Parts: sequence; structure tokens; C-alpha cells
Amino acid sequence: MLRKRSYFKSKGLAYFLVLPQIIITATFFYWPAIRGIVSSFMRSDPFGLKSTFIWFDNYINLFKDPLYLKSIGITLMFSGSVALLSISCGLFLASMANRALRFTALTRTLLIWPYAVAPAISGILWLFLLHPSYGVVAIWLNRVFGLNWNPLLSSRDAMLMVVLASSWKNISYNFVFFLAGLQAIPKSLIEAAAMDGASPFRRFWSITFPLLSPTMFFVTVMTIIFSFFESFGVIHAVTQGGPGGSTNILVYKVYQDGFIGLNLGSSSAQSVVLMLLIVFITILQFKFVERKVQYTG
Amino acid sequence: MVEKTPKLDFFTYVALIIGIVVVGFPILYAIIAATLPLEEVSKVPMPLIPGDQLLVNIKEAWTRGDLGTQLFNSFVMASGITIGKIVVSLFGAFSIVYFDYRFRTLVFATVFCTLMLPVEVRIVPTYEMAANLFGPLQGVWNALGLDSIISWFAGHDIEVNLELSLLDSYAGLILPLTASATCTFLFRQFFLTIPEELCEAAKMDGASPMTFFWKILVPLSKTNIAALVVIEFVYGWNQYLWPLLITTNQKMTTAVIGLQHLIPSPEDPPNWHIAMAGTLLVVLPPVLVVLFMQRWFVKGLVEREK
Repeated sequence: MLRKRSYFKSKGLAYFLVLPQIIITATFFYWPAIRGIVSSFMRSDPFGLKSTFIWFDNYINLFKDPLYLKSIGITLMFSGSVALLSISCGLFLASMANRALRFTALTRTLLIWPYAVAPAISGILWLFLLHPSYGVVAIWLNRVFGLNWNPLLSSRDAMLMVVLASSWKNISYNFVFFLAGLQAIPKSLIEAAAMDGASPFRRFWSITFPLLSPTMFFVTVMTIIFSFFESFGVIHAVTQGGPGGSTNILVYKVYQDGFIGLNLGSSSAQSVVLMLLIVFITILQFKFVERKVQYTG
Repeated sequence: MVEKTPKLDFFTYVALIIGIVVVGFPILYAIIAATLPLEEVSKVPMPLIPGDQLLVNIKEAWTRGDLGTQLFNSFVMASGITIGKIVVSLFGAFSIVYFDYRFRTLVFATVFCTLMLPVEVRIVPTYEMAANLFGPLQGVWNALGLDSIISWFAGHDIEVNLELSLLDSYAGLILPLTASATCTFLFRQFFLTIPEELCEAAKMDGASPMTFFWKILVPLSKTNIAALVVIEFVYGWNQYLWPLLITTNQKMTTAVIGLQHLIPSPEDPPNWHIAMAGTLLVVLPPVLVVLFMQRWFVKGLVEREK
């Protein structure tokens, strides 16, 4: 690990300084995580009075459960759509803002603020827009396209609604990163290509886009993490997993099975699966950070 | 611009304007709805011309949703998390970078691994922990059979129950979200870029570690601290799952959670104007913080994730 050559010697003080962090981490991160892993191998009765060790039964049952498999499919579809929509819009707006030299600061101000809106509130705003009886967008959709739009009853419409709400909130986040990435690309490269007669579109695809790929990767990973975990607020505030379980993404199912269904064994097993997933994503992210360091260095 | 591309420039500005309008539409629509009376807001479609009922609706949302209490709770929670995270991380990073001890690497790794443990994946056990902080101690107590030893001494049955609940308390809202791997990591990275000579000089002048920390390190970290204040305040304000679990008392819940009670259900009259007035109030503080501290916010966000 990197370190300073010059340092202080008082070990007691060093431990004392890091102690608060260690206590909080141990109490609220490690202990619960370990408890969760342990109880994922247990079956407990509904009153939590007795529990028996049952090896991998919770996991086996989980992957045999059609509802869980459906939830995996829903999560993949949800995350994929949110990533596609928010990344493409974020990239498009950032490259436009980057072109509009004089107004970059102004456009940034006008596009950055949805970041500060809580996912749950983003859900509420979109519910209002898409509400079958009052939502202006819903009424417009029904009139213009003759749709029978109803996100409160139709699975497809509900999914579209939560995807829109989550993507909307995430566009500004992706926009910030893409704009920073675009502004870090040396102007000389673009100018050299322009002198060689490359058109603006050609320059974007052959120079900007490849140079932006580390940012692209990072933004993709972060969007997927967002849609896996933080979109809990959108789901809970707007659809509560419904209608008919059609928006029951994995993290909402953990909450539902654990807190409402009180099926602790299954909920814990689901938590562990999610934990493994995020470990995998984090490792991926690190591999990428290393590569990026070599790339620029 | 490298060459003159009038068509593309025109397209750029048109696209940007459309983008800004589309991105802004949900909140614009909410603002209009918040200014209308009930009979206007429930018209199909709702008129897009603002009315004059904004203050009336805000007042109604304020009392009906008990927003005063809840906004205060949100504020306490967001500030608590922000201050807690920054202080704990500053101390932690200082210890990791400027001291040499055997478990240094282990400590850093321990903190860093929590990146992979968002609250969403440890919902039930973290809740149990918060419901009784002394749960683990009680476990040790029972395992050692201390009850029976005490009972033997006392001559009658004694049962000891260790309990400290954080449910429905500010501590419960704040503490579990206070440890932060990303903040510690950011401060560590920054400290590593500070020239060695500063620390050497401070030591030669006979400064104690804490003097060095307060007089040199903290002032140098000002920009980083400002950036993290914005990011963590927004993070704390917008928390959803944790306050949802840990508060059952309406008086202790946060505004983002409480807002739900203003959303009309199918049986209620469509009081969307009240709901939207409330929404604006709850959205305003973090949006203002981001807009006014944009420079730090962007810097912090981009640097934090590097």
C-alpha cells in the first residue's frame, strides 16, 4: 500500500483516530452481513424462536421458485432499459453541451438538478404525469396513439413508468460524467483530425467515443448499481412491486420477503446473492480503474 | 469550434433546448399543479397555465403532511450524516496515511470492503442490530451462562436483558449510514498528494500530530470537504429505505418518506395539487444546495468516483 515516508509515531493516537470508523463499520456493516450469511443457511419458525441449520436449502428453494426467477428477469429488463435510456440520453446531451461552447455552464445548470431529486420523488412526479385519469402524458398517449395506457393495472405500462422515472433521475448523473470526460479530451486531437478532413460525426466515432470508453464503462457500472439498489425508492413509492409482481425487482423482493413476509431464511439468501453480485461488480470496476491508470499514465 | 458547421450548430442548440425542456417537464408540471385549486387540477387534461393557489396549497400540504416536523427530521438526518461521515473519514484517513502501525493495511481493507455492503443487501440484520444495539453482547452474556452464575450468587433467579434500541431516534437514522468507504478513500487519495515536506516541517517545528491535522491538513482539504458536504447532504436527505425501516412514529420520519401520505389513493379526492405542493417543498433544499454549490459538487462527484 502507498505510504508516506514521513509519519507520526504515536500508535495509540493512530488507533484512537480510526476507532470510530472501525466501531461503526463493525456494528452496522460486518456484524449484520455475517448475521445475514448465517441466517441464509437457517430455517427459523415465524416467531424467530427456533432455527435449524439446513445447509443450502434456502438457496435451492430460491432458485426453484418461479417468482424469484421472474424477479431476476424483471431486474435484468429494468436495469438494462434504465442503463440504455439514461446513458444514451446523458451522452447525447453532454456532447451537445460540450459543442455549445458559450453556454456549457448554463446548460449544465439546467440539466444537473434532477440529481438532487430523491428516487422516490422522481417516481411520484412520473406517477402524476402518467396517472391514467389525471396524467397529462397518459391522456396524450391515449388520445394520440389510441393506447389504453394504465400503469396501475397493466404490467407493461407499470414497468415503463418505473423505467422512465429511474432513467430521468439518472440522466443528470451520467451527463455530469460524460461532460467531464468530454472536456478532458485534448482539443489538439480533434483539431488534427479536422485538418485531416474528418467530419464532426467521423471525429466523434473514431476519436471521442473510444477516448470516452473508460467513462462509458464507469457510468454503465454505476447506472446498473443504481438501478439494482437505489431504485428501491421508486418501486416502493409508486408500484410496490405490482401490478401482479410485474415490477418486483430483486432488492424490493428482499424487503418484501424479509419485512412483510417475515421469511427470514429466504430473504437472507436473497441478500447474499445480491451481495455476491455487488462484489462481482466492484471487482469489475477495480479492474477497470487499474486499466484506466495505465491508459492515462 | 474547429470549422464552421452552421447546420450542426443549429441542431446542437435545438437539441439542447428540447433536452432541457424534456428533463425539466416533470418539475415544471408539478409547479403548475401546485398553483391550481382542486377543480382545476382534476380537469382532464389539466390546464398548463399556473393559478394563484400556490401559497394556499403549500400551507395545506404543510399541515396535512406534518411537513414542518418531517423537514426538520430530514435536515437533522442529512446534516448528521454529512458531518458524521466527513469527521469520521477525515480522522480515519489521517490515521491510515500519517501513522505507521501493524494493522494499517487491514484497517484500510476493512473499511474499503464496505463499499460492497450497501444497506439494501443487509436489510433484516441491520434492522435487528439497530433495534437492539446490545444484541451481540446479550448473546455473549447468554453463551457464558452469566445469568445462572448471578442467580446462584443472588440465591434467586435473575435474568439480565441488555437492550438499547435506536428505532425512532435520530441516532438510529444517522449512525448506521455514517461510515463511508468512499469519503475515506477520497481523503486518503488527497492526503497522499500532499508533499512530504509539510509533515517534515511541522514535525521539526515540534507540532503534535493533532496540531498538524487541524492547522495544516484540514485547511488544505477545504475544497474536498466542500464537495463532500454537497454530495453527502443530498445523499442523506434523499435516503429512503433506512428511514422507512427504522421509523414507525410519524413524528420521527423524514420528509421523503412522509410525502407518500399526501399522494391521493384511488378512494381519495384527487388532491394532486396538495401532493405536488408538498413535493416542491421536499425537493427544494437538496436542489438548491446542488445548484448553488455546483462547482464543488461536480468536482467532488467526478473526483470521488475516480
